[in-house]
Amino acid sequence: MNFDDTPEEAAFRQEARAWIAANAPKHLKEELELSGFGGLYLKSEDPMQAGKAWQKKKAEAGWACLHWPKEYGGRGATPIERVIWGQEEGVYAKLSGLFTIGHGMCGPTVMAWGSEEAKRERLPTLASGEEIWCQLFSEPAAGSDLAGLRTRAEKATDGSGDWIINGQKIWTSGAQHSQWGLLLTRTDPNVPKHKGLTMFFLDMRSPGVEVRPIRQMNDQRSFNEVFFENVRIPDNQRLGPVGGGWNVSLTTLMNERLSIGSGMPTGFPDLLDFAMATGDVDNPAVRAKLADWAVKASGLKFTAFRALSALSKGETPGPENSIGKLVAGAMMQDIARYAMDLQGEAGVLTNAADAEARGKFQAMALRSPATRIEGGSDEILRNIIAERVLNLPADVRVDKDVAFNAIPTSGRK
Amino acid sequence: MNFDFSDEQKQLRDSARRFLEKQSSVAVVRRVLEGDEGYDRELWQGLAEMGFTGAAIPEEFGGAGLGYLELCVIAEELGRAVAPVPFSSTVYLAAEFLLAAGNDAQKKNYLPKIAAGEVIGTFAYAETAGEVTAERIKATVSGGKLSGTKIPVADGSIADFAVVAAQSGSGLGLYLVDLTGPGVTRTVVDTIDPSRKHARIVFDGAPVEQLGSGDAEAVIAAVYDRAAVLTAFEQVGGSDRALEMARDYALERIAFGRQIGSFQAIKHILADMYVSATLARSNCYWGAYALSTGSAELPEAAASCRVSATKAFQHCSTNNIQVHGGMGFTWQFDCHLYYKRSNLLALNLGSLSVWENRLIARMRARNSARDAA
Repeated sequence: MNFDDTPEEAAFRQEARAWIAANAPKHLKEELELSGFGGLYLKSEDPMQAGKAWQKKKAEAGWACLHWPKEYGGRGATPIERVIWGQEEGVYAKLSGLFTIGHGMCGPTVMAWGSEEAKRERLPTLASGEEIWCQLFSEPAAGSDLAGLRTRAEKATDGSGDWIINGQKIWTSGAQHSQWGLLLTRTDPNVPKHKGLTMFFLDMRSPGVEVRPIRQMNDQRSFNEVFFENVRIPDNQRLGPVGGGWNVSLTTLMNERLSIGSGMPTGFPDLLDFAMATGDVDNPAVRAKLADWAVKASGLKFTAFRALSALSKGETPGPENSIGKLVAGAMMQDIARYAMDLQGEAGVLTNAADAEARGKFQAMALRSPATRIEGGSDEILRNIIAERVLNLPADVRVDKDVAFNAIPTSGRK
Repeated sequence: MNFDFSDEQKQLRDSARRFLEKQSSVAVVRRVLEGDEGYDRELWQGLAEMGFTGAAIPEEFGGAGLGYLELCVIAEELGRAVAPVPFSSTVYLAAEFLLAAGNDAQKKNYLPKIAAGEVIGTFAYAETAGEVTAERIKATVSGGKLSGTKIPVADGSIADFAVVAAQSGSGLGLYLVDLTGPGVTRTVVDTIDPSRKHARIVFDGAPVEQLGSGDAEAVIAAVYDRAAVLTAFEQVGGSDRALEMARDYALERIAFGRQIGSFQAIKHILADMYVSATLARSNCYWGAYALSTGSAELPEAAASCRVSATKAFQHCSTNNIQVHGGMGFTWQFDCHLYYKRSNLLALNLGSLSVWENRLIARMRARNSARDAA
């Protein structure tokens, strides 16, 4: 039992550290440290340009998408090397938020299901940050029940083999910045819901695609609605077989799980620093609350370390890693409200100039509801743990063997 | 990074589990719970023969000299089996006090016998309600004789010797006392978990031998940190077993025409039990690492795994009963063995709030040092 690198890992770490020390945008370090909770806010530079510049620099030196094969813009690194890179990159990784979905989910799906041509054309520009990707999965009527989605893909009648897309997606992070999207559609409504889906990737600049940013409760606009009106996609942008889209989507979602080790923020280090600065930590009641969160934060940290150990032995991370977001999301919300409580009436203030701790806990309170929903709600994560880790029976699914177009669409009688 | 037990340590865990499933079966636990004997002698002897009581005792003092990671593995299995033996009193406390403060003769006298399962030791500390502090200790040594009352003393009725914290002219000190000798009166007291007996011990001029001459409070704190890690492993073992019992029952029990484990209300209880047990286990691995390497992180790691594992075991043992419904409240079902043990272990070594305070004090010191640097 140890935290030590193997000699190879230590050498890799040294190389990564040296390159970062020589190349990172150090002038942004302080701003990046203060930035967080739902967005990248830089005053001195345009965040998009800063993010793209750092990604390009990394790609040119072979530090982008480390675990991807070299021919697709990666480094051919091991999973553990990817994690070591993440540890060394530290605060500068915040600059890469725009690329998280593309690198973590869309890219691996194209890698697993795309043609050689598609991989060579699309992946290097994704790795280098020249192009941004989004994931077009959720819909207004298909969130946790993703397989209930309704966006239609139909064969064009002109014999071109193209597909015509009509419908709507929602909660698409970064769609307004994206050049490409990974799109899950329904191609056959006459079969049960999981069986009639097909996956594509599409050019977001295609005619008929309309992106509308959603004004969120925290007054940011990171999520979008995306509308498709007779959007044409060539058949060579189909990923996997017609009707096999559900299986392809599982590749995407499994890769989400592989993005471990970076660690979800919990807000605990911020709260401890705050309570020490104010002297609230002298109160035993405050210490009891702090201790509860402290052991959750350290428990998450060392759970991630255990997963990394398994990864370095060649094991694949499983559904047990669902606990990270489940614990961190609720914790961030609780911590934010507790910090505001400690601030008394001043806790209502949000402007960085007036508010305690520059308003970070207020920002956290307003962002945290989304964390508990996006990428699998708390309830779905508990179902995953119960069914796939503890082997409890699957939920009764009344729509499982029913043709999609025969499933009720409203609870009203 | 290899943040896991080795294959050899996992084999040790498997053999400990097989041994305890047989030797510390529910029938054995219940015999101690309902009887007057105080512990299961055959199990205790068996643990010594397996080399478990001396796992972390150096070979020069008759131990197996395996190490603390191995002792953590054994502790987890003892917790899982709610073993009715004086293992924690003797191995985590008495032996550790001897290793931390004993002179060569004292170590040579006691440690080989502990390793061989020939003696039972304990630590006699608390006298009144509330956090035990030096000010609250009234037991006094004068002229080599100890007087005062200690309650509750884990395994006090069956132990052969005790390490006792008592006042003298020069402040708080630690003393070795032969509990079978003169001036010692002990009576079993009723506790929340009768599968682990506790006693009131009245000392009236009992002869003592001083154990170490340094700062007794510092020695106690250091030994308690070590014992906290090992106890936390017992708590994690108990948490896992309580979760398994609840899961198995949820698969077996039918209501409304379905396995109750197919209802989300039950699934989510079980998922939350898994989460708390997993967080506690991960904290415990940190504690095991710090304990086995003598890391400067030990005080913080020990308090973290203690707080986390206390909460997890109470959470899992409580919800195990909830999932079982009314049957979980019966004497016949085994849920109460885990519920009782979880409440006992939450208080032995100092209560949750004491450890919560300790944890934050230690994190605070670390942050202050960081800010000063």
